[in-house]
Amino acid sequence: MDIKLKVDASGLSCPLPILKATQGMKTIQSGELMEIVATDPGSVKDMAAWASSTGHTLVEQDSANGKFRFVLRHKLAQPPAPALVHPSERILK
Amino acid sequence: MDETISIVLFSGTDDKLTAAATLAAGAAVLGRPVKIFLQYWGLNAFRADRVTADHGLAPEAGEAGRAAVDAAAKAGQAHWLETLRMAKELGDVDIQACSASMDILKIKHADLDPIVDGVAGVAAFYINAGEGQIIFI
Repeated sequence: MDIKLKVDASGLSCPLPILKATQGMKTIQSGELMEIVATDPGSVKDMAAWASSTGHTLVEQDSANGKFRFVLRHKLAQPPAPALVHPSERILK
Repeated sequence: MDETISIVLFSGTDDKLTAAATLAAGAAVLGRPVKIFLQYWGLNAFRADRVTADHGLAPEAGEAGRAAVDAAAKAGQAHWLETLRMAKELGDVDIQACSASMDILKIKHADLDPIVDGVAGVAAFYINAGEGQIIFI
């Protein structure tokens, strides 16, 4: 697995792990992977909630020796917005 | 659905300021617009000359609570001001000082830490809160 960025959020309490995750995601590109390690037990539910709400994908998660490790994939770019129709071309119903 | 989270920050002790900063930062990184309205002692805590000073704890903390909070700070828990700065950097967080509280406490905009974006009245607060949730701390 090609991890683009590793973030250590060990020893940081809520909400810092998700703030660090947000910071990290701003530095990598769409589709790239970020690994984040935290010791805050709340980060397990938080990281999943944060990922689902921001559109990033939690692709891997495990824990050992009081450390929680997450691998997240940066969300894919939004599909292009549908082309705007010039008002004069709109069909009035 | 209006996802805006509005926090009325009335209390000025470090524990409540930390709780408010945590709620604000969490909402901000979930992509929700956050509006913080500073009143009374919450506002007073944002005076530039004493923003990082010891603001004490809520009365229920007691000695054991004080020790627990001190230990957390020593272990590296971020100061609430730092959490708010990060929240502003990472999301859409707007901090407004209540104009009536400014008047009562004789505080001018220039006396406040630059993290405070402006001064507003209660009507502006409600308009900005829209249909979103309002939290009072």
